[in-house]
Amino acid sequence: MNDGELTPPIPRLDGHDKVTGRAQYVDDIQMPGMLHGATIRSTIARGRITGITFDPALDWSGFTIVTAADIPGKNEVLLLTKDQPFLADGYVRHHSEPILLLAHEDREMLRRAAMAITISYAEEPPCLDVRQALRPEFRQHGDDNTFHAIDIIKGDVDAGFESADLILDETYETGAQEQAYIEPQGMIARPAPDGGGVEIFGSLQCPYYVVKAVTHLLGIPAGELRVVQTTTGGGFGGKEEYPSIVAGHAALLALKSRRPVKLVYDRHEDILATTKRHPSITRVKAGVTLDGKLTALEIDLLLDGGAYVTLTPVVLSRASLHASGPYAVPDITIRARARLTNTPPHGAFRGFGAPQSIFALERHMDRLAVRLGLSPLEFRRRNYLKVGATMATGQIVRDDIDMHTLATTVYDRLGGAEREAELAAANALSPSKRSALGFAAFYHGAGFTGSGEERLASQVAARLTDEGAVEILSSNTEIGQGTITIFSIIAAKALGLDPSEIRVAPPDTARVPDSGPTVASRTAMVVGYLVQQAALDLAAKLAGKLSDELRTVSAESLRGEAFRRAAGQAVEHGWKVLGRSRYEKPAFVQWDETTYRGDAYATYAWAVYGCEVEVDTRTFEVNVTRFVANQDVGGVLHATLAVGQIQGGVVQGLGWALCEQVIYKDGAVRNTALSTYVIPTFVDVPPIEVLFAETPYEFGPMGAKGIGELPMDGPAPAVLNAIAKALGVEPEQVPCRPEYLMMLADAAAPVGGTRG
Amino acid sequence: MRRLLSEARVAEATIRFRVNGRDVAVTAPPFRRLLDVLREDLGLTGSKEGCGEGECGSCSVVINGELVNSCIVPVIQSEGAEITTVEALAETPIGAAVQKAFMEHGGAQCGICTPGMIVAAAWVAEHRAYGSDLRDMLAGNLCRCTGYDLIIASVDAAIASLDIGKSRE
Amino acid sequence: MRGILSAIEASRPRSMDDLLDHIANTRAPRLIAGGTDVMVQLEAGGQEEGESFLDLTALASDLRYHRLDEDSLEIGALATFRDTRQRNDIVAAFPLLEASARTIGATQIQTRGTWAGNIANGSPAADGVAALLAYDAEVVLMSRQGRRTTPLCGFFSGYKKMDIGPGEFLAAIRLPRAKPDRLQEFWKVGTRRAQAITKVGLTINWRADGSWRIVGTSLAPFVTRYDGLERLFGQFGDHPGRLDADQQAAAVATAVQADLKPIDDIRSTADYRRRVVINLLCDAASRLHQT
Repeated sequence: MNDGELTPPIPRLDGHDKVTGRAQYVDDIQMPGMLHGATIRSTIARGRITGITFDPALDWSGFTIVTAADIPGKNEVLLLTKDQPFLADGYVRHHSEPILLLAHEDREMLRRAAMAITISYAEEPPCLDVRQALRPEFRQHGDDNTFHAIDIIKGDVDAGFESADLILDETYETGAQEQAYIEPQGMIARPAPDGGGVEIFGSLQCPYYVVKAVTHLLGIPAGELRVVQTTTGGGFGGKEEYPSIVAGHAALLALKSRRPVKLVYDRHEDILATTKRHPSITRVKAGVTLDGKLTALEIDLLLDGGAYVTLTPVVLSRASLHASGPYAVPDITIRARARLTNTPPHGAFRGFGAPQSIFALERHMDRLAVRLGLSPLEFRRRNYLKVGATMATGQIVRDDIDMHTLATTVYDRLGGAEREAELAAANALSPSKRSALGFAAFYHGAGFTGSGEERLASQVAARLTDEGAVEILSSNTEIGQGTITIFSIIAAKALGLDPSEIRVAPPDTARVPDSGPTVASRTAMVVGYLVQQAALDLAAKLAGKLSDELRTVSAESLRGEAFRRAAGQAVEHGWKVLGRSRYEKPAFVQWDETTYRGDAYATYAWAVYGCEVEVDTRTFEVNVTRFVANQDVGGVLHATLAVGQIQGGVVQGLGWALCEQVIYKDGAVRNTALSTYVIPTFVDVPPIEVLFAETPYEFGPMGAKGIGELPMDGPAPAVLNAIAKALGVEPEQVPCRPEYLMMLADAAAPVGGTRG
Repeated sequence: MRRLLSEARVAEATIRFRVNGRDVAVTAPPFRRLLDVLREDLGLTGSKEGCGEGECGSCSVVINGELVNSCIVPVIQSEGAEITTVEALAETPIGAAVQKAFMEHGGAQCGICTPGMIVAAAWVAEHRAYGSDLRDMLAGNLCRCTGYDLIIASVDAAIASLDIGKSRE
Repeated sequence: MRGILSAIEASRPRSMDDLLDHIANTRAPRLIAGGTDVMVQLEAGGQEEGESFLDLTALASDLRYHRLDEDSLEIGALATFRDTRQRNDIVAAFPLLEASARTIGATQIQTRGTWAGNIANGSPAADGVAALLAYDAEVVLMSRQGRRTTPLCGFFSGYKKMDIGPGEFLAAIRLPRAKPDRLQEFWKVGTRRAQAITKVGLTINWRADGSWRIVGTSLAPFVTRYDGLERLFGQFGDHPGRLDADQQAAAVATAVQADLKPIDDIRSTADYRRRVVINLLCDAASRLHQT
């Protein structure tokens, strides 16, 4: 199933509590005197609040009620901007926008209360289509509802098109996607035992994001807010920034009631109100010569940001930086824009803009190949980036990457030309099944864009515990991807110890430094490297202390048994030893944020994914029968965790491609249940075959690169490329549902009431 | 609607059943969800709520030998029942084997679906007919992290490690 | 609006007499068996003020059974989908029951969901009803006055409107046994391959006597047989070769356009539903004489 496995991987270190049901997720936690919280939300997409009435039939005496007027600090969710309020104050910009908060001892009373509150509005016409966002009557943000704009220019596209023999100009659309972590959002907040602060416990990816947002909300210094991550049941980006809102709400209720408050969403509220993947519209205009060389790429990319900015500028950034694909193209213009609509704000979801732009380009590549009479892989072969080539921002490729070999490995694994011939023969004979292979080639930048990692200035610490064990202190969170295990492996390797001798401190901002958010495929690669450095610094500090006090040792000598002995001596003498590390930008990374030129990412991971699909021409249901992911991971840290990440991400990608659709009506999400928001089950996906390639990154621990988001980039274009080949149609839309395929098939061949 | 607003509650009943081999008596409104009784009244927080509508299987328990979603069982129906939750899984050879296999073969990532998944897997391993498809029988358990392969690998490994005389094709 | 489950009254009759008395004395009683539909509806806020439930599950010894004999199969009100799937003899005699039951939810739903509940819930997407209709099932209603049997075909007169009188409850389902059927197929197109509500479903049964049962799911306010299509297929079956494939297809399309009035909804479109039915029927028609 996977290549490149080294030593047998250790069982994940947090596995025992998870398989026994002992792991404590936020909703499992009870505190004395705890109240339950609830959020009352708008039922219109845009307008002024004209009144709020509380039905006297309900006994309101047991309720804590919080409105915007109760906010002690600033009613602003501090993230990249301050445009989003924690609670709507007289005006709402999207359906299900939070307006007021309630707490009560009895959860069911909160449901009764929701029925007993009536909010009246003076409605205004909402912008529900991002293509209309520029209309003056819809202006609600800045001059023209544009959240962000990025232009990437390389060479001269007009000249590039001049030298093309063939130009293809098409537009692709992708829909919103719900992260659908199986554990819904939840927070517990309580007044701090000592004085004016607040303690927050909950399901989250980025504890320091919560600190930043909630201190701003409450008007308290960071030292008075403690944020602790509880075992988190999935995040995928959906718990990157949104938890700050849940935490802020819980904190407001806790402060007003002076009681612990648990604010946990049920699935309905979670799908209704939380962030989704940005919908996109991408126009790709490509010029090629008849011998299959791309001469020009002009890409216009539009993201729907929803009602508030949240992380949209960064999503747009990543979308734009991935839009031109792993191809060497002399002349490129990418114009990327993100605009407002009156829908619940969109936010982070694994891939973070790249799946959207990669989908468009990789579909387009196949369509070009068809028109050139080249196979999809041969056309790509003639255009791949190689070491020394120049990317759209002017970045020079440093990896000696061989995309074509990645591709042919996948092709061969799927059965190659022989399999294609078999499928073609079967297609000719079958009355109702059409099958084909499909591929996608792509890269994904690991870590934060450009100067982002520098701005984060991540720090990690490693300390000796009172028992002489090594404890890693970082704010990076375990959300299933294996942070605890990976950090343990890295630290153990650095010090010649066994991973079981390493502790990873639970992310508690009272104890751990800010090592940056757990996003952007940076945890293993960027923070893991800092873990390694902190462990080494711990050994160095220990050596220094030993040399001062007892016996001269070199830092490098403290490994394995020597380290254990030294640690034992530290415990005996009561020494506190702390190793530290801090992010340093590799010298070769040069990035200009204003011109958007230079090294957009410190490194890239490269991949080719392929699949075989079977389409039933009676129902247009798509069955993905095989899937092969060949991915450059830099260096394998733990084969099972890495395989698990890729398989899990691929299945999310297949869901996005085929069955996950957020259905909006009047700006409100309609399908707010796991029965109506459809994610893949066991029987909807094939086994996912994972192959590893390793082009090491010198600043990744053991060469590791970020791996977690590529699996979101590859499946949609690979599957739709296969469908296109199988049916002879040209799908341009994600999700690619049977209803849509039937429409395309009709357009391709006249309808006569027969199958097809 | 007005009656729902008032705090009037219906007559509660005392319902007696066995959970993980222990007798319990719970006084509750008849339609209080079994999941809430387990998690809040009995402190057995191993079973999880992922969807509230019997779709994700995170709340899976075994009632009278049958695998069910406890979030859609009203407690009144538990009268006299034998209920097994994830907390008791380690006490059976199949349960313990499934737990061990999940730890060793990557069957758990974020872990929220894991209690329901291993309750289901242990039940399926015990009850399925020869040759029935494992994916099919576990399709009532949703996982968002693993992509399912490593769960199948874990369950296969658990079955292989046990001498229960049933083999997979 | 979400459910207030503590506001729901319920009783749990301990005997059939007890149950029948309760039903006779309650206005619009709501029954709960496995709860897989009821509980979901209540949790989503679908409770009426003042309604009370009768829980049937204490009556397993009276109601949870299959009785298979030469003439018929009787399925008691508490028999679950899994119960039926485990009976190899029943599955052999009535393959469509297995074909439909295996697509309902997944394991955890099949251990609780009942055929009777599937009927009584009255969903237009009721997969169990489709299979039952294809076997000319009858509904057995019990009251203090005794048993009344009525065909499942015609039992529904509208969305969630069924022929259950005051004091009656759906106690069993009876399927007459017949000579082996010539062709039985169950199609379910859902939003995914398990745990899916049917977007468009088609169940066909070419009976030994040459007659057809053609049942559509999620195409009308209730699961429905289409007698126009049944007559058409009767002609196909009786006169093989009279029409070629294209002519058959045209006839099918015409009949479907005339008889089916599907709608657009959250799951699918009218056009898709209609076209899928046409495609599946044409596919079946092309295979008629391979059986």
